Amino acid sequence: MINFSLNDEDVSVEVADGATLLSLLSETLQMSGVKYGCGKSQCGACAVLVDGSKVISCSTPAKSVAGRSVTTLAGLMENGEPNALQKAFIAEQAAQCGYCTSGMIISAQEILDNNPDPSDAEIRAGLNGNLCRCGTHNRVVRAVLRAAREN
Amino acid sequence: MNDILNISRRGLLQGAGALTLAFAIPSDILAEAAKKLPRNLERNANLASWIRVHADGKITLLIGKVELGQGTVTAAAQIAADELQIDINRLDVISGDTFEGPNERTTAGSGSAPGCFPAVHQAAAEVRHILVHMAAQKLSVEAGSLTVLDGVISDGAQSLSYWELVDGLNLNVEPTGEAELISIDRHKYIGQSVPRFDLPAKITGQPIFVQEMHPEGVVYGAIARPPTYKSSLVSADFGPIEAMEGVLKIVRNGSLLGVVAKRQEQAWAAALELSKTAHWNVQSDLPGHDGIFEWLENADSEEKELVNEGSQDVAVSRVVESTFYRPYQMHGSIGPSAAIAKLGTDGIMTVHTHSQATFAAADTIAEFLGMEKGKVHCIHTQGSGCYGHNMADDAAVDAAWLASNMSGTPVKLQYSREEEHKWEPYGTAMMMKARAGIDDNGDVVTWNMEIWSTPHSTRPSGQARRVLSARYIDPPLEMDKRKDGGPPNYAAARNGIPLYKFENTRVSTHFVPEMPIRVSAFRGLGAYANAFAIESFIDEIAAESNADPLEFRLRYLTEQRAVDVLKKTAEIFGWDNWEPKKNIGRGIAFAKYKNLHAYCAVAVEAQVTPRNGKVRVLRIASAADCGHLVAPDNVANQIEGGIIQSLSATLKEEVKFDNTSILSTDWASYPILTFSEVPPIEVELINRPGLPYLGTAEASQEQVAPALAAAIYDATGARMRRLPFTPDRVKKAIKG
Repeated sequence: MINFSLNDEDVSVEVADGATLLSLLSETLQMSGVKYGCGKSQCGACAVLVDGSKVISCSTPAKSVAGRSVTTLAGLMENGEPNALQKAFIAEQAAQCGYCTSGMIISAQEILDNNPDPSDAEIRAGLNGNLCRCGTHNRVVRAVLRAAREN
Repeated sequence: MNDILNISRRGLLQGAGALTLAFAIPSDILAEAAKKLPRNLERNANLASWIRVHADGKITLLIGKVELGQGTVTAAAQIAADELQIDINRLDVISGDTFEGPNERTTAGSGSAPGCFPAVHQAAAEVRHILVHMAAQKLSVEAGSLTVLDGVISDGAQSLSYWELVDGLNLNVEPTGEAELISIDRHKYIGQSVPRFDLPAKITGQPIFVQEMHPEGVVYGAIARPPTYKSSLVSADFGPIEAMEGVLKIVRNGSLLGVVAKRQEQAWAAALELSKTAHWNVQSDLPGHDGIFEWLENADSEEKELVNEGSQDVAVSRVVESTFYRPYQMHGSIGPSAAIAKLGTDGIMTVHTHSQATFAAADTIAEFLGMEKGKVHCIHTQGSGCYGHNMADDAAVDAAWLASNMSGTPVKLQYSREEEHKWEPYGTAMMMKARAGIDDNGDVVTWNMEIWSTPHSTRPSGQARRVLSARYIDPPLEMDKRKDGGPPNYAAARNGIPLYKFENTRVSTHFVPEMPIRVSAFRGLGAYANAFAIESFIDEIAAESNADPLEFRLRYLTEQRAVDVLKKTAEIFGWDNWEPKKNIGRGIAFAKYKNLHAYCAVAVEAQVTPRNGKVRVLRIASAADCGHLVAPDNVANQIEGGIIQSLSATLKEEVKFDNTSILSTDWASYPILTFSEVPPIEVELINRPGLPYLGTAEASQEQVAPALAAAIYDATGARMRRLPFTPDRVKKAIKG
């Protein structure tokens, strides 16, 4: 049994030996927006924030979040509304299939939290761990720039 | 209802059932009108299959085309809202549900815009027509005196709403083809960039993908794959696997081994261990990625001449010859394929699948399991972008197979990354030999291109023998001999016939039915490779003739819309006043998808570092004509996405394999383009209101490879004829 904070709510949950944080969040706790992509920290689809820093949940043991604070894509919402970054993604229609989007937004949130006014190149460097197959990269960068501008 | 997930949209269907007759249509009118119906509506000639009106002020639109990330669902809703004259927010859309909606076959080949959209136009117009005539009768006025505003039918003095007419409305009727469409000047949604319906859920973390759904009581499945394609199981010890944590069941049919466990990770771990510890007979006879083109050229093939206009035996001043190569390339969905299946107590197998062809998937599953057709209910549930026939259908069949062994329990299966990489049906390797004769003025006198290719489609289309697992069951189901696609779409020869009007043109195919590597439809089929060859070769001939590659193309293009996109691309790129710089080059290319869909041109500026062969694309400009635009921003998104995906394929992508196994097993061994490698891209769309809708999803897949090859030549003098343009190959080409 581990205790941790999930999207600002306290959670106590039984964790199987060897379970990844991805498995705990997506399967056990049914947090949509935490998706399996590669299992090897290569694609970024499963990214979440742990104590405000990006963590690749497919390669992180579930037990390692005991006592810590985990934020998923849904946890970025503010008072039930999309936050500034999520709004910017909607405004720019910055997705096609959207499978990688959750990880993109988590990475972008970390970029903005560390640097409220990032350059195009800084945003791209920060997103290089997130793969997109549909080819929406430039829209995603525009969304992050918009969020920075409008915040 | 058999829906495992209890999706709330189901509630919308309540009250939509049998309603009493309101309107009788004479059958002779029907017979006459049937000829005029859009094809997809004619195939599903019952309005209730498309549209259901509810007393609560909502309308359900049902379509057979499905959302793959290309925005089809929202665009179809835009059309329905305009034809029904309602606020678009009244619409809910059900797509690809085999027990509910129309069968529009496969969502592929840029076919939704030309196929689904006209059907939705007509179906919605027919429903409006019926409702307006009902209102006219009830209000005792002429139908022609009535107008509709957000579902309220009025003559200015009195009104009735659609919602008040539900009681008595019967949409279980055939469309007449008589209802008039709303004129373009009255379109409120068509032509506007309406935000996609599905994006808020994807951006705020609401469940929408089958991969992120975990219904009550679900268990998880995995397949213990053999070492390679041609493998058979000798023996396997289930004991140690059954003892692994979480394992609930092991299922075997011949050489096909499945595992069911409490969690997905446990199922994967058990399947991997089972696969490793089992004894397999393995054949090692693959040609290897470096040997594939020699293999292609020497394999048994079917020869076909597609075009032979004029003669190849005419006098020419010079002959130019080149050979172009395209390796196996993968769809590479970011989310490995998945499905959720459950065999209900009513004997219905319900499957949530992201298949592009849910109706065919239902038949395929039925055949694989020996079930009666019609007892399998497929419900399209979104998955990761597929870009063609990936493993979606395999996952649906595998999940259903496991679920058939776990009656009453929902079984979810998502493939592992390695499984999807190794076992998906790739876009096939191809080779194109081009030969042209030029006269003294530098004009093309003869053009001859030969295309070598294995098949481009193994879509199941209701046939179990084409899914991956079929070859391992007892007795094995052997893949049928695949045929190449013929005109007008073609498959191996898609976009292989030049649109340039030369005096003497010959195009032929060497179609190799054997498939040493598993292949199927990948975005554009042969178009990506053929356009690479044609457009690269045009650039080579232009260089031989000392002509500007843009001007050279315009000499031979007769279609104005083709000329328009090339000129517009050149304009936004700044072709005419472009200044050469050291190691920086430019290139331009054009294609009209399938020679009958959207027109698109792309210009590329790229920088090459000769020392290490690295190519950096500096910027891309593109103009496209996709006919009448329903959703302009979404079309721009598709054009840009096609450019980026094909740039990734062009710079990086090649499936590697030795004589036994696929070696491209993850994103490290099969890298794709990353954010920092994506250049600025400017897209301009030429709208053609009133002209037919042209599919967009494959419109920009064809031009990047030849435009980039031309830019590399312009920068270095080196010709890149083999994809992908990796630094090693570029360096070698520069050194000569």
